Amino acid sequence: MANQRVLVIGGGLAGLAAAMKLAELGTPVDLMSLTPVKRSHSVCAQGGINSCNDQTRQLGDSEWKHLDDTVYGGDFLQHQPPVKEMAYAAPKIIDLMDRLGVTFNRTQEGFLDHRRFGGTLYKRTAFAGATTGQQLLYALDEQVRRYEADGLINKYEYWDFLSPIRDDAGVCRGAVAQNLMTMEIRSFAADVVIVASGGPGLVYGRSTMSMVCTGSAVSRCFQQGAKYGNGEFIQVHPTAIPGADKLRLMSESARGEGGRVWVPRKPNDSRAPQDIPTAERYYFLEERYPEYGNLVPRDIATREIFDICVNDGLSVEADRQCVYLDLTHIPRAELDRKLGGILEIYEKFQGVDPRDFPMKIFPAVHYSMGGLWVDYQKSAEGGLEAGSPRNQSTGIPGLYAIGECDYQYHGGNRLGANSLLSCIFSGLFVAPCVQSAMEAQQGSAADQPASLYENARQDKQSEHDALLNQAAGGENPYLLHQELGALMTRAATVVRRNDQLTEAYEKLGELAERSRNCSLSDSGAWTNQNVVFTKALKDMFPIAKSIVRGALNRDECRGAHYKPEFAFSGLESEEPAERHHQAEAWCDRFEKNTEKWLKSSVASWDGENPQIAYEEVDTSLIPPRPRLYGLVGGEVIEQVWAERMARRHGESGNGAPQESSQAAPSTT
Amino acid sequence: MSDHAANGHSDSFEVRILRQDAPGESSYWERHRVEHEPDMNVISVMQRVAARAQSADGKPVAPVAWDCNCLEEVCGACTMVINGQARQACTALVDKLLDEQPAEIELQPMQKFPVLRDLVVDRSRLFRALTRVKGWVPVDGSYDLGPGPRQSRTEQEVAYPLSQCMSCGCCLDACPQYTKIELTPGVDESAADFAARQEQTHDSAFLGAHAISQTVLFNSHPTGKVNAGERLDVLMDEGGLQICGNAQNCVAVCPKEIPLTTSIARAGRATTFRLLERWFEK
Ligand SMILES: Cc1cc2nc3c(=O)[nH]c(=O)nc-3n(C[C@H](O)[C@H](O)[C@H](O)COP(=O)(O)OP(=O)(O)OC[C@H]3O[C@@H](n4cnc5c(N)ncnc54)[C@H](O)[C@@H]3O)c2cc1C
Ligand code: SF4
Ligand code: SF4
Ligand code: FES
Repeated sequence: MANQRVLVIGGGLAGLAAAMKLAELGTPVDLMSLTPVKRSHSVCAQGGINSCNDQTRQLGDSEWKHLDDTVYGGDFLQHQPPVKEMAYAAPKIIDLMDRLGVTFNRTQEGFLDHRRFGGTLYKRTAFAGATTGQQLLYALDEQVRRYEADGLINKYEYWDFLSPIRDDAGVCRGAVAQNLMTMEIRSFAADVVIVASGGPGLVYGRSTMSMVCTGSAVSRCFQQGAKYGNGEFIQVHPTAIPGADKLRLMSESARGEGGRVWVPRKPNDSRAPQDIPTAERYYFLEERYPEYGNLVPRDIATREIFDICVNDGLSVEADRQCVYLDLTHIPRAELDRKLGGILEIYEKFQGVDPRDFPMKIFPAVHYSMGGLWVDYQKSAEGGLEAGSPRNQSTGIPGLYAIGECDYQYHGGNRLGANSLLSCIFSGLFVAPCVQSAMEAQQGSAADQPASLYENARQDKQSEHDALLNQAAGGENPYLLHQELGALMTRAATVVRRNDQLTEAYEKLGELAERSRNCSLSDSGAWTNQNVVFTKALKDMFPIAKSIVRGALNRDECRGAHYKPEFAFSGLESEEPAERHHQAEAWCDRFEKNTEKWLKSSVASWDGENPQIAYEEVDTSLIPPRPRLYGLVGGEVIEQVWAERMARRHGESGNGAPQESSQAAPSTT
Repeated sequence: MSDHAANGHSDSFEVRILRQDAPGESSYWERHRVEHEPDMNVISVMQRVAARAQSADGKPVAPVAWDCNCLEEVCGACTMVINGQARQACTALVDKLLDEQPAEIELQPMQKFPVLRDLVVDRSRLFRALTRVKGWVPVDGSYDLGPGPRQSRTEQEVAYPLSQCMSCGCCLDACPQYTKIELTPGVDESAADFAARQEQTHDSAFLGAHAISQTVLFNSHPTGKVNAGERLDVLMDEGGLQICGNAQNCVAVCPKEIPLTTSIARAGRATTFRLLERWFEK
């Protein structure tokens, strides 16, 4: 239909990919972002992007195995059709990014180089130095600039999305937004709005995320009727550099190359690390996990570091929690060769050379698996139906969500280097879906009465004016934000306990109440960051409440969600028959738990609180199986499980990846 | 707080900030006092200033406006003039600054861009230059057409540093040839008309070192080369390469250590060839 436009909120990888694809298909796009799109949070990603590739394929890898690793890593909590579609699209996405000029590292012969990331046995990860996210984002930013020069894309940078506009029938017809410089509030008519606004790190105060990752855009859609899925699943990275302003990521490769984690055995030991003799150092990962040592899986490393500081009180510093990550035993030349880039980051921000002094690190909130609930349409092959208007739809007609802000691809836990992939994939994939939605739409945005847009604008204008003029209530939004961050970090990160969550939920209610009485210290009419921040802060509460409520309800351990009270311990008996018996019981319990909890939480907002419903997960491609990494007796459980599956499904099928001709289309 | 005391810094320090309430208005200095904390950078100083909303003499003041996002020196947002030098606020460590200049830190907005408020400036001219030089690879489209052209390790190692340019503009702020352009909207001028007039003005002004370096990046890409001639023509046009006086300030301040003067030299050689080529085409 002529004159139809799409409004994309967010210009990270997901938003740029969608804008580029839509423009290529001939649809004009308005692209809105808090920052110039080139400065979006996606630039922070260092590690890389996953896909099955020519080399891994010859070692037995396939798209199907990428799918399997992703759902196994996610503890089976994601619908499998979208993940399948993504895994099969991945090699093509890497090819595309390569053609767009991304400066991927090369092999001697000039092919793309790859590294291995957690959660897989294959070297699937393509990378560009230590700045893969930046390089991918720039390539898309450049293509978008090209379409902008042709007049197909209009950018609205330094605009804050305030709300979707819904007509009487509930259809989304555009959005209200505010210019961060002039403070002008206006309506944007659009036939489809795609939200690509990234993660909500600021709900936790400080995290590894960027400063615009407030989750505000998502919260505003949520408050207007969109649903929020799997909120309780928050990934915490084991090693970050605590900073007064931000927690900066320290890559896993530091441990991969021999880094040792330790604390002084004596609480509050004030000696410099090099003066503490070996006998007085507690290499707690090596002692507690002799087999894996410092390279225990991410979630275990995170929990142990947290535990040693919070429960054992052995933090290196008295007023700040951290442990040593020590590389000083490795020769300088070797460190420079293997870890140069990331060590420079530490040096740059801490002003200390990690080749001479142990680094101080602590776990940090890193990624939200949860996000806006979105729909999908399954194809006959078990993937997605290309071009279906249901894919990535929030359920509100005309409102779509993609990238980190949707809940679709990572289930209970995201594998490293899979997020850049899901962002680009969902951005490219949504474009034709949105076009079909527009074709099917009753009446276009251009036909809507002007009053629809004017009323929506006025609502937001009055809210803004009221906030600016409200009597000083005495609450400081920045200090309130610190309180919120501390509360969330304490109750809803690594280890979760129902009493703490219950208390936190109540406290959130109080903080939300207090946030209504913020005193604005700025009445300026230009670039009033104070009022913009206060709005974002208020909108953090619906997200924070959904996270905490979801975590409170979920009485089990799954992926990043860990409640010690419900953890499955390993097998105790050493006696083979008894051990087997215990393994059977373990598997019974696992099956019962799967029955009860293999469900996504789907929150809707009632104005004060999230109401949580549960949705069955489509596990039709790969049946759920226990994640046993590091568990005592894991081998026996695995064997019992395999026998059980074999009995149930006849001949083969232990739940491990099966490339059946029906589920996986043949690739030629 | 043993380490900073050992460095001789006291428990608090003063921050002098050049403020401006709105575009076109006059600027004024304001003093703030900030408690010293370990590992502080200028961003955390700004956060303390915003939370306190009081000047050093206890007067309530509006929080200072500033720009930032990644806090890891990859997004380019937080550029400001710190102790007289354009640099990123996120990597400007307080202890180092206090070593440079004891007891006080001085913050000013970038000098070559119009101030919107306080330390926030309008850098649209910088982005516009990327459009001028066609800073992209002109692919056929995003359909699945197989992998990109094969490239050697050496080619990647030359291109990668150039592709790290984060559009911060330090190189422009430091360049004697890059002069500030600040237009004011006419009384009856619409926002769109004003933007168009601004773009037009920017299009004939100096491109700047960052954009020259981007032409070198795209002209050396196997597919990007297709537009090499057009890019060089832009460098030879008004506001192009000839304005550069080779003062080398740019390369000295680039936080990403991009070899800007090497790029400028390479662009210079390429435009000479282009000139001959055009002459023969006649
Ligand atoms: C330090 C770090 C390292 C990482 N490394 C990797 C890695 O190696 N591999 C990997 O796969 N993943 C990695 N990730 C995760 C990955 O970087 C992100 O999930 C991904 O970049 C998110 O992209 P996005 O497009 O969804 O959103 P973003 O890039 O966050 O962009 C969001 C956009 O929305 C805009 N926006 C937000 N709110 C509003 C609003 N209210 N109004 C208007 N606009 C708004 C913003 O301005 C921005 O343009 C890493 C993450 C971090 C924090
Ligand atoms: S070398 Fe050219 S671009 Fe760089 S500072 Fe000097 S005049 Fe400016
Ligand atoms: S060349 Fe360097 S200083 Fe200039 S904009 Fe790019 S990163 Fe910034
Ligand atoms: S905040 Fe991104 S460069 Fe400083």
